[in-house]
Amino acid sequence: MTLLLGLTGLSVHYPGASAPALADLGLALFEGEKLAIIGESGSGKSTLARVIAGLLPPGSRIEGRIDWGGGPTPRPGRDIGYVFQDPGGSLNPLLSVGRHLTEVLRTHLPLTARDARARAAELLDTVQIPDPARALNAYPHQFSGGQRQRIAIALAIAARPRLLIADEATSALDVLVQAEITALLRALCDAKGMTLLFITHDMALAGQLADRIAVMHAARMVEIGPAARVLRAPRESYTRSLLAAHLDLASPRLVGEAR
Amino acid sequence: MTLLVARGLTKTYPGARRIRALDDVSFEIAPGETLGLIGPSGCGKSTLARVLTRLTEPDAGTIRFGGQDWGALKGRALRRARGAMQMVFQDPGAAFHPRATVAGALCEPLRLHAIAPRSDWPDHVELLLTQVGLSPELAPRPLSALSGGQRQRVAIARAIAPRPKLIVLDEAVSALDASVRARVLDLLAQLQRDMGLAYLFVSHDLAVTRALSHRIAVMEAGRIVETGPAEALLAAPRTEILRRLIAAVPTIHTEKVPS
Repeated sequence: MTLLLGLTGLSVHYPGASAPALADLGLALFEGEKLAIIGESGSGKSTLARVIAGLLPPGSRIEGRIDWGGGPTPRPGRDIGYVFQDPGGSLNPLLSVGRHLTEVLRTHLPLTARDARARAAELLDTVQIPDPARALNAYPHQFSGGQRQRIAIALAIAARPRLLIADEATSALDVLVQAEITALLRALCDAKGMTLLFITHDMALAGQLADRIAVMHAARMVEIGPAARVLRAPRESYTRSLLAAHLDLASPRLVGEAR
Repeated sequence: MTLLVARGLTKTYPGARRIRALDDVSFEIAPGETLGLIGPSGCGKSTLARVLTRLTEPDAGTIRFGGQDWGALKGRALRRARGAMQMVFQDPGAAFHPRATVAGALCEPLRLHAIAPRSDWPDHVELLLTQVGLSPELAPRPLSALSGGQRQRVAIARAIAPRPKLIVLDEAVSALDASVRARVLDLLAQLQRDMGLAYLFVSHDLAVTRALSHRIAVMEAGRIVETGPAEALLAAPRTEILRRLIAAVPTIHTEKVPS
């Protein structure tokens, strides 16, 4: 296994905050693996994603080390792709889908305008947008929420990043669409050998997608291990409480069956 | 006796595409029962919630509620009757004035529905907070200082203040973390037992809906396509949409072999 990224004693303070958003975190991320970071609101999971991607707000204080295995420090947008919960955050309503993609492609790759447009259509096909040639000329508002998230994913992977970060990328979506996007992320990473950092509050979703699961609580990583082990034999009481709160179709019901 | 009988509710939103949000929807709710309303986004379930609570007028159809022609009530008569049917939304923040205090938010329904003389309001506020599992000491605090779970408990306290017979819960626990959500669901089940409340529980999350609902109705493209006792319905789905919704529920049990 080749190390993609090593974090050592990493802490983050947001400007003006007394408590750290991330405290003394250590993590080794390997090339090609899918790591899910799970935690509840305020656990520090999104801060972890943002510090790796260089997306912290100005004035944030970072302590500790971020070491990239082999090669220079990656450039966000090219070597690191980022998908947000709200695809609107990645899309400009005034630009066509084609403009979005060709701009990213030509910024990072030596492509002619024509080649960039052909590559853009391929990317839309990869994320399963129907009729890519036509979609290039359309604007973000003409697509559904799920399709916009597919377009945001196409943008994130356009420059062939080594690391894809999906930060609650399926949380705002309908359950049916959520399942489709999860499957798409898995297929993309498997096909392209991309490393995936999947930030979620949903234990079951983490288990469906990830090789390993890391559990965040109150700015710290409290547990990390193979997905099946963390879900079946959690070592930390906090992980057990998260699992106990998870509801699926086999959970105890709170009311009796209708007469 | 049935608490609520809806017959032939139809609503088309104007515009180029003339979306039929409700298409001949009929259903009933008994006193003290939870009817879960499930469906993908855009199926019309939120429109149905808004039509029931008289926030949106249907094009056709009738609603009888508590023996009254609920759909025909207007003006003062409607305002006076509204206490019997309350609503809780997804975003606990949006329901309140940003600078309102907890006590202020809870006194509003007491005044609106003339529930108690002003001198008794502090006692009522304290009782309501206790009923939803919050400390009475929160009364003078601004709502903005509360956590999402606490704000949603205040929204529930406000809904039960006029002693309603039915509460329409529109994605009321969808924005909460799993551990907080589990406790709010417990609270809703307990209030139902204590007060004999009926709920219309509108959600896109089948696992959560199953946990709280006696019966479930499935919506697709403006129509109720399937309805029945919760467990029986999920054990033998008759429609493709329900089969897809069941398949999309992520479960903890991962197929992956521990490595």
